[in-house]
Amino acid sequence: MAHHASHEPEVVVIPPNKEKIMHLWKVAGILLVVTIFEFIVAFSMQHGTWKTFIFVVMTIVKATYIVGEFMHLKYEAKVLIWSILVPIIFIVWMLVAFVYEGMKLSDVNFLR
Amino acid sequence: MSQPTAATIPGRTEWDGGVSPMGVSYGKLMMWFFLLSDAFTFSGLLITYGLIRSQHPAFPGDHAHFVFSQEYWPVPEKVFEAVPFFHGVDLPLVFVGFMTFVLIMSSVTMVLAVEAGHRMDRKAVEKWMLWTILGGITFLSCQAWEWTHFIVGTEAGSTIKEFVNGSWATRVIHGANLHENQYGPHDFADFFFFITGFHGFHVFSGVMLNFLIYYRTVTGMYDRRGSYEMVEKVGLYWHFVDLVWVFVFTFYYLV
Repeated sequence: MAHHASHEPEVVVIPPNKEKIMHLWKVAGILLVVTIFEFIVAFSMQHGTWKTFIFVVMTIVKATYIVGEFMHLKYEAKVLIWSILVPIIFIVWMLVAFVYEGMKLSDVNFLR
Repeated sequence: MSQPTAATIPGRTEWDGGVSPMGVSYGKLMMWFFLLSDAFTFSGLLITYGLIRSQHPAFPGDHAHFVFSQEYWPVPEKVFEAVPFFHGVDLPLVFVGFMTFVLIMSSVTMVLAVEAGHRMDRKAVEKWMLWTILGGITFLSCQAWEWTHFIVGTEAGSTIKEFVNGSWATRVIHGANLHENQYGPHDFADFFFFITGFHGFHVFSGVMLNFLIYYRTVTGMYDRRGSYEMVEKVGLYWHFVDLVWVFVFTFYYLV
C-alpha cells in the first residue's frame, strides 16, 4: 500500500518533568509519614482530649495535602479556591451545633 | 496544568461571557461543586456518628481489660483487630492501616496518570490508570473481608439479656447486623454499615469511572480529542474518595 490514510491524529508526547514527579512522590511520602505517626500515637498515648486533638490536627494536615496538591486546588484561581473553602463554614457550623446538642442530650441521657 | 489566570474566549468581550473567571472548564468546575456537596453528605454522617456516640457512655476501665457489652460504646481498636490468615492473633487496626495505605497509593498513581495526561503520554496514562484500578479493587476486596468478619463475629460472641414471652432470658449472639450487635450498642453497627458502606460504594463507582477512562485512553479517544482532561476530572473524584477515607479512618477507627 503506497497510500495509507490514518485517522489517528499526530500526538506530540512531552517528556516527563522529573522535578514535578518528584514533588508528587514527596507529598505521598508526607501522607504516609503522617499516617504512621497516627498509628504510633494510637498505641502509645492515653485516651483523652489531647489524643483526639492530635488526630484531628493530623487529619486536617493530610486533607490539606490531598486537596491542595493532589487535587491541585492550591494552584487554581483564587476565586475557585474560596468558592470551595468558604462553604465549609456550614460543616463547621453543623459540627458546633451537633456537638452542643449532643452535650445537652447526654445531660438528659434518655437512653439509660 | 490549568492556568490560574482568567481565560478569555476569542470573539467575545469581557461583558459577553468572554471571560472564565475561575480559569477551569465547565466540567471540572461542576466536579468541584459536586464534590463539595458530597463532602456535606459525608460530614452529615460522621457528625451524626459523633452525636450518637456522645450519648452513650464510654468504656470506664483500662482498655487492656475491655470486653464487649451493650452497656457502653466499644473501643474501635478492640473491634477491628483481625487480619486475614492470622486467625486469633490480636492485631489492632493493622488491616485497616493496610487499607489506608492501599488507598493513598492509588491516589498517588492517579495523580501520576493525570500528570501523564497533561503530557499527552498515552502509554503512561494507561500504566498509571491500571495501577489505580488495581488499588481500588484491592481496597474493595479488603472491605468485603472486613465486613464479612464484622458480620460473622468472634467465636466467643457476647451474651445479651432479652425479654421473651414474659420472662428474661439470656442468649449468645455472634457478629453484627442492623438489629443486634455483638460488639456494643446496635447504633455502632448501623453506623459502621452506613458510613463504610457509603464510602465503599463511592470507591466502587470510582473504579467503574477509572475503568471507563482507561478504556477510552486505550482506544485513543483522548488522543483524537486532543485533551486528557477527563482523566483530571475523574482524578478529582478519586482523590475525594481518598480524602473521605482519611476522615473515616480517623473518626471511626482511631478516635
